[in-house]
Amino acid sequence: MDRLRALEAQSVYILREAYRQLEHLAMLWSIGKDSTVLLWLAKKAFFGHVPFPLVHIDTSFKLPEMIAYRDRLAREWKLTMIVGQNTAALRENRSFPAGTLDRISCCRELKTEALRNTLSGEWPRLRLDHQTGQYVKDADARPYTGVIVGVRADEEGSRSKERYFSPRTRDNDWDVGDQPPEFWNQYKTDFAPGTHVRVHPLLDWTELAIWEYIELESIPVVDLYFDRGAGQRYRSLGCYPCTQPVESTARTVSDIVRELRTGKFVNIAERAGRAQDKDGGGTLEQLRRDGYM
Amino acid sequence: MTLISTPVSLREGRGREQMNVVILGHVDHGKSTVVGRLLADTGSLPEGKLEQVRRTCQANAKPFEYAFLLDALKDEQSQGITIDTARCFFKTALRDYVIIDAPGHVEFLKNMVTGASRAEAALLVIDAKEGIQENSRRHGFMASMLGIRQLVVLVNKMDLVGWDQGVFRRVEAEYSAFLAEIAVRPEAFVPISALGGDNLASASEHLRWYPGLTVLQTIDRFEKQRPAEHQPFRMPVQAVYKFTESGDARRIVAGTVVAGSAQVGQTLVFHPSGKRTRLKSVEGFAEPARTSIGLGEATGVTLEQQVYVTPGEIACVEGEAPPEVGSFLRASVFWLGRKPLVQGKRYKLKLATAATTAFLRQVSRVVDASELSSTTTRSHVERHEVADCVFETVRPIAYDLAATQLDTGRFVIVDDYEIAGGGILLANPGEMRSLFDHSESEANAAPSARVSRGERLARLRQQPKLVVLTGPDRSSIEHIAARLERELFASGRFVYFVAPEQLRSGLEADLLAQPDVRRDEHLRRLGELARLFADAGCVLIAATESLDTAEARQLRRIAAPSEVLLVGLGDERIDEAELALSMERAEDPVAATRRIHGLLVEQRVLQDYEI
Repeated sequence: MDRLRALEAQSVYILREAYRQLEHLAMLWSIGKDSTVLLWLAKKAFFGHVPFPLVHIDTSFKLPEMIAYRDRLAREWKLTMIVGQNTAALRENRSFPAGTLDRISCCRELKTEALRNTLSGEWPRLRLDHQTGQYVKDADARPYTGVIVGVRADEEGSRSKERYFSPRTRDNDWDVGDQPPEFWNQYKTDFAPGTHVRVHPLLDWTELAIWEYIELESIPVVDLYFDRGAGQRYRSLGCYPCTQPVESTARTVSDIVRELRTGKFVNIAERAGRAQDKDGGGTLEQLRRDGYM
Repeated sequence: MTLISTPVSLREGRGREQMNVVILGHVDHGKSTVVGRLLADTGSLPEGKLEQVRRTCQANAKPFEYAFLLDALKDEQSQGITIDTARCFFKTALRDYVIIDAPGHVEFLKNMVTGASRAEAALLVIDAKEGIQENSRRHGFMASMLGIRQLVVLVNKMDLVGWDQGVFRRVEAEYSAFLAEIAVRPEAFVPISALGGDNLASASEHLRWYPGLTVLQTIDRFEKQRPAEHQPFRMPVQAVYKFTESGDARRIVAGTVVAGSAQVGQTLVFHPSGKRTRLKSVEGFAEPARTSIGLGEATGVTLEQQVYVTPGEIACVEGEAPPEVGSFLRASVFWLGRKPLVQGKRYKLKLATAATTAFLRQVSRVVDASELSSTTTRSHVERHEVADCVFETVRPIAYDLAATQLDTGRFVIVDDYEIAGGGILLANPGEMRSLFDHSESEANAAPSARVSRGERLARLRQQPKLVVLTGPDRSSIEHIAARLERELFASGRFVYFVAPEQLRSGLEADLLAQPDVRRDEHLRRLGELARLFADAGCVLIAATESLDTAEARQLRRIAAPSEVLLVGLGDERIDEAELALSMERAEDPVAATRRIHGLLVEQRVLQDYEI
């Protein structure tokens, strides 16, 4: 079996296991290439359906193309689309660079806090109403006890230690020194009340595998990944104040696959354009422990 | 700052082979150094990374170590040991590698197991100066239990023993002897000094007496494990999907093929239920239509007849070798749990996609994985031990022996929400005396002064019995059960309906917090309750949502010697043969009650019956 199909089969197995074992399941969709591949894999796993809500944390600083693409796909694929936001921080101008915070604190407020409270249901969730095309307050405020996330082990150091099924405490803590064993396709699917689990079906994928799969399956991705004439493209998507494009003339998925294969970025980390990763050793890991993706 | 990242496997594409290799060995024998050096020597580190870590070390007046490259997490850096499994990537001209760096501390054995289980081959590092240590042996043993067939032993720190061939040969001889005891044949022993890069990527000046291959060369000699062909088909059922609310009428049996292949038109047999029907179609999303499914595919099929199949069953092809089916399994078990594996305790056993309650019934041999010394006279298994055990499952389970089919030939044990052990299936011990067969010994122990069964029967003019109404519509079966109680009571019978709500708020109140065991325990307690009521001469009525065949049999076994009379109301999960009476789901309650009442008279449960 070919390598991409083997990765696909493993991810599908994990997704089905999550859907079978976890009660209130949701999938995080950052609009980026990885979580969009994840969404596609969900459609593979469930034969064209996506039987759980997709959650997007909107910092309000996302590139506008991302939001347009999100809503287009949500409508076309009839997704249960949930959006959460730290509206209080935005109102009070607690952000970067326009507001009062540094990069890391801004991530903490607009992503980590927003995510934590959206998952727990403590803050209002907005759901896309497919009739009107508007976002309305979601009546369902039950906490999500299972959250599917598109992280990959090769992205940065701390992610290489993740489990496919990774338990979190009530406070979203990740105890990296004491993780459950995981072998023979058996995952931690039994939980004490109050805990929840992050599920990582893409753990074994690489950046190249993601793009090869996008090419193989013709998966629609947001066009920010492509050079649209300026000789630049985004390699990793985030908030515009903290995300820089890379020099590249790749205009299509095949161009990107070719570019990666030539080794253009061999010695440059994929998230090199993400400024928050660089603010001090272990900071991103701290964010991850606190629930950052 | 992130310490390690960026796979180098980026140059060529889909055609390239990838292999997972785990690094094992005792703590401080130099695993992380080997990996760090392999990354550096194959040019797999991000630009400037090595210099950056060197500078950091200088700034902190610490000697540089390659291990710092890997120990990306903060608490590992401060302790200087690998706590969890880290993955990194490098490539040779031949293929791409994922190197899994597993911790060498025994406290982190569960992490080592996690890492090693993902590997197709292992490099085991032994310090030439310190020699073979506890975890050198334990890791070798565990690697073989986890199913890793290819192992190369690296005798590290040869610089510290003056590059002495004699030291190398002694380690080689001693460790080979150990591996021979657990029937493992290593591919090679390589003398190295990871710190200086000797014999890693290139042959060493210092080790001219060693004629063999470098570490990179031995890694490239590992073979991709090719699955054996013509294995009997096995697809553990992961789920049965019906997305009717989205306008999709397909009923899809989903699973991953772990052995063999199957074609449309072939008859599938599902074990343990034994249900069979033809494979009608292969389903998928955004893929061309096909008529067969094969090894490794996460797929889904529809069936010609709508037989009731449950997740956890194993789909097989009729005419091919069937799996073992039974309630008893003999296995070699390694235990990782904080609490020992003991008899009398309820565990969850997960095998492929099946899960069932299981009890440890026998321990025949306990082995210390680091010493291979064995103890035979123990009834429990401690943490980090390996033992030959027999388990009893509450419901029959389908499995293969590990020697013939690995994916359906091994299981894990969950204790207190956590995977606490793994088992390799050695044999089907056949039927043994079940934990649940306790009726005979009890009856024999009753004092003779007690009122006998016959005396009660003569007085009450009825046979004690458990009458269970089962079906998908809870309120309907409870309504009929209540009517039946009323009717029998009115005709002067000693009858009692134990309503589910009464059980939930009392006898089963503790089960609310244990969703895992709720169903099994409900049946056990109901069975035990039935035995007591039967002893008192009562006709006990119960209503239980959708019993399946295995549950019905289990209930009979527990309730014995009290007899169980099952009445089904539209239940598709249970074999007709189990039912004394089968009615429609929407049967009129008055008619249903009359039919059950009639049956009780007919079967002489109620005697001297007058209308």
